[in-house]
Amino acid sequence: MKYKHLFLLIAAAIALPSVLTTPGCKPHNPVSAVEGDAAEKVYVAPGKYDEFYNIVSGGFSGQVSVYGLPSGRLFRVIPVFSQNPESGWGFSEETKPMLNTSHGFVPWDDAHHIALSTTNGEHDGRWAFINGNNTPRIARINLSTFRTDEIIEIPNSSGNHSSPFLTENTEYAVAGTRFSYPMDDDNSNPDVGISTYKQNFKGTVSFIGIDKESGRMGISFQVLLPGFNFDLSRGGKGPSHDWFFFSCYNTEQANTLLEVNASQKDKDYIMALNWKKCEEYVKAGKGKKMKVNYAHNVYDEKTQTATSTLEHETIMLDPKELKDIVYFMPCPKSPHGCDVDPSGEFICGSGKLAAVIPVFSFSKIQKAIADKNFEGEFDGIPVLKYDAVLHGEVKKPGLGPLHTEFDGKGFAYTSFFVSSEIVKWNIQTLEVVDRVPTYYSIGHLCIPGGPTRKPWGKYVIAYNKITKDRYLPTGPELTQSAQLYDISGDKMKLLLDFPTIGEPHYAEAIPASLITPKSTKIFKIEDNFNPYVSKGEKQAKVFREGNKVHVNMTTIRSHFVPDNIEGVKMGDEVYFHVTNLEQDWDVPHGFAVKGANNSELLIMPGETSTLKWVPDRVGVVAFYCTDFCSALHQEMQGYIRVSPRGSNTALTFSTGNKVEPTGATK
Amino acid sequence: MKINFLIRSLLATLVVITFAYCTNTAPDQAAASQTAAPLGGGQATVQDDVSAKDIVKVASGSPDHTTLVAAVKAADLVNVLANAGPFTVFAPTNAAFDKLPAGTVEGLLKPDKKEALADILQYHVAVAVYKPEMLQDGQVISMANGGNVTIGVKDGKITVNGANLLASIPATNGIIHVIDAVLLPK
Repeated sequence: MKYKHLFLLIAAAIALPSVLTTPGCKPHNPVSAVEGDAAEKVYVAPGKYDEFYNIVSGGFSGQVSVYGLPSGRLFRVIPVFSQNPESGWGFSEETKPMLNTSHGFVPWDDAHHIALSTTNGEHDGRWAFINGNNTPRIARINLSTFRTDEIIEIPNSSGNHSSPFLTENTEYAVAGTRFSYPMDDDNSNPDVGISTYKQNFKGTVSFIGIDKESGRMGISFQVLLPGFNFDLSRGGKGPSHDWFFFSCYNTEQANTLLEVNASQKDKDYIMALNWKKCEEYVKAGKGKKMKVNYAHNVYDEKTQTATSTLEHETIMLDPKELKDIVYFMPCPKSPHGCDVDPSGEFICGSGKLAAVIPVFSFSKIQKAIADKNFEGEFDGIPVLKYDAVLHGEVKKPGLGPLHTEFDGKGFAYTSFFVSSEIVKWNIQTLEVVDRVPTYYSIGHLCIPGGPTRKPWGKYVIAYNKITKDRYLPTGPELTQSAQLYDISGDKMKLLLDFPTIGEPHYAEAIPASLITPKSTKIFKIEDNFNPYVSKGEKQAKVFREGNKVHVNMTTIRSHFVPDNIEGVKMGDEVYFHVTNLEQDWDVPHGFAVKGANNSELLIMPGETSTLKWVPDRVGVVAFYCTDFCSALHQEMQGYIRVSPRGSNTALTFSTGNKVEPTGATK
Repeated sequence: MKINFLIRSLLATLVVITFAYCTNTAPDQAAASQTAAPLGGGQATVQDDVSAKDIVKVASGSPDHTTLVAAVKAADLVNVLANAGPFTVFAPTNAAFDKLPAGTVEGLLKPDKKEALADILQYHVAVAVYKPEMLQDGQVISMANGGNVTIGVKDGKITVNGANLLASIPATNGIIHVIDAVLLPK
């Protein structure tokens, strides 16, 4: 009896705090978390369009995926950092240069954060940017073609995590070093002991300028910083327009077992950086020119061909000398998210291990800087007093705060990894007003327009790290997941789970009306300046340059020109330059040839793509269209004859019964 | 005159029917947030001012083919001819239809003659692209209705079942050969 009482008491004691901290009361069964009208709210009838595009990071897949909201339907996976044999991305001769780096060809990366271009701090629907974390890169995706138009490598960087967040008018995308590393005077990576971290390791943040019209990127300047881990960042807005904020952890400067050693201090930093001042110093010649080596890859829509250029110079600013460009603000326990509210006044730091969410005030930051209200310096950089810059703290909001988005109605929504929930709180009063569980272990979250000056609101989407029992199991590797919540009322309501590709780190959502009117339907054949284009069947030809055989080929429903090719010999390299002559929306053709060691091609209307094929045996080899293009798609095929080395088979090509001898050897 | 009037009223009826059909079957707007989207009336209704024209759009734009277009609508073949194809369509002109015995067209446009009309129209359609230079004297082409037509090529002039090929117009999903007589299935 006694024991029973004791047991009940203990049980009550265990239960009580959880009841107190979760007033919303967690349902025992996730199914009951969904209300009766959820299906109606996410149902988009056949033939109807979704209201929002959800542009989602593909995480370790290196790609970007495109979903509709509220339906959660997947429309596209856009190849970015990883080769994609389905379309030939990174395999075709035209796109291979896109994946070039100073390390050579790197056909994959770990993609992290989406940033949609903005004008005056509001979505403009022009470009999506995404960072490659591993081999530091930033890619720009054209939101008319939904293709990657440009990839720039970031020099003096390693672990490009706090990227590619933007300034309000998309003047710059930023990049920062998650992994500081030894940098000596010329910023090369010298051969020193790893335990010399504190003496030798440095971090940088980079500002990548973006051309207003073309979107073309270029490294404008970099800032040399102490060896911390720079984690996430956000540009200022409105009054804080000139500033950028970065979260920093491992200010302990540990080089081993960071799990423990980077969690020693009570506070790390949020770094406030005045990029307008940086611009002035660069203009005034205060930056130091540095020799570097990085690849800049651009896809030219006219030639439909990418070029990769190695660039060799960057400008480095040193805040030890330029005293008014960088300030540190103490922020509890290894801050991760560093998010700026729509007004630009409040900056939320989310210490992964903190029991509070500190909210900093931009006007207080300005005052503290003016009053030189510093608690000291770190490596020559002023550290502002915590209390002087703090708007206030959200107390005991949950466990493991990560990221915050905003609804434009005065509320912030923060994700909590450890307690698997989204917590809604009032930015002014710092009171928690609602919380909902997520299934399970949420990372980033997204409100349409959430990071902009004009959030569209309506939904919050949780991107979860763990799905366990949420979907039909598929062996040890399970799907990644998003969860959609209605935030139109006072209380958040779970509406839908939908699977995602890779690890859906960050995502943004944008009204479809900002994208659909400019969506490209076809590429005009007259604007195709690929050097191997055939702008009509009469221009199709086969010609030899030494051991290279060029096949300038056309496709149109439902045949290739030419579809019979002879005279290729062992030792030749064959380049199929396939032009899709269609000028009709949604009529791509595919191209595949037996034994191709690289990929197939998927060629959009009006486009030319090139596949290199090295025959490995004598014989007649079939090629065919891989995209069901018409009622006679199965008839869309051809043959190429491969003769022995040194044979005298003439180089000829034909379609139908007329055999055309090839022109003079080029 | 009579025919024209008939076709016009038929077209008007069709428009009304189509419209009514679409509004009646439009899903409940209250269901979910979704933006204005296509009517869902088939491939011929896809909004696209950028792509080159398909066979339906080419024919609809031709003042010489109003009878054919009306007949295609009456036989419910509009979406079929807006499909990916590829098609060769032998397209009789209005004058070609006028050569038929009086009352033939009116008769075929009656709802209970829809199948007969479809059979005739499908006799004008082959699933493949036959460019003029691919046509040879005596060539037999099988048509969508299951019948065959015979091509004639004499002195550079092309005929199909004796009808003269007047012009050829490429379309995104095939090719249109304009002819001066209606082909009647044998």
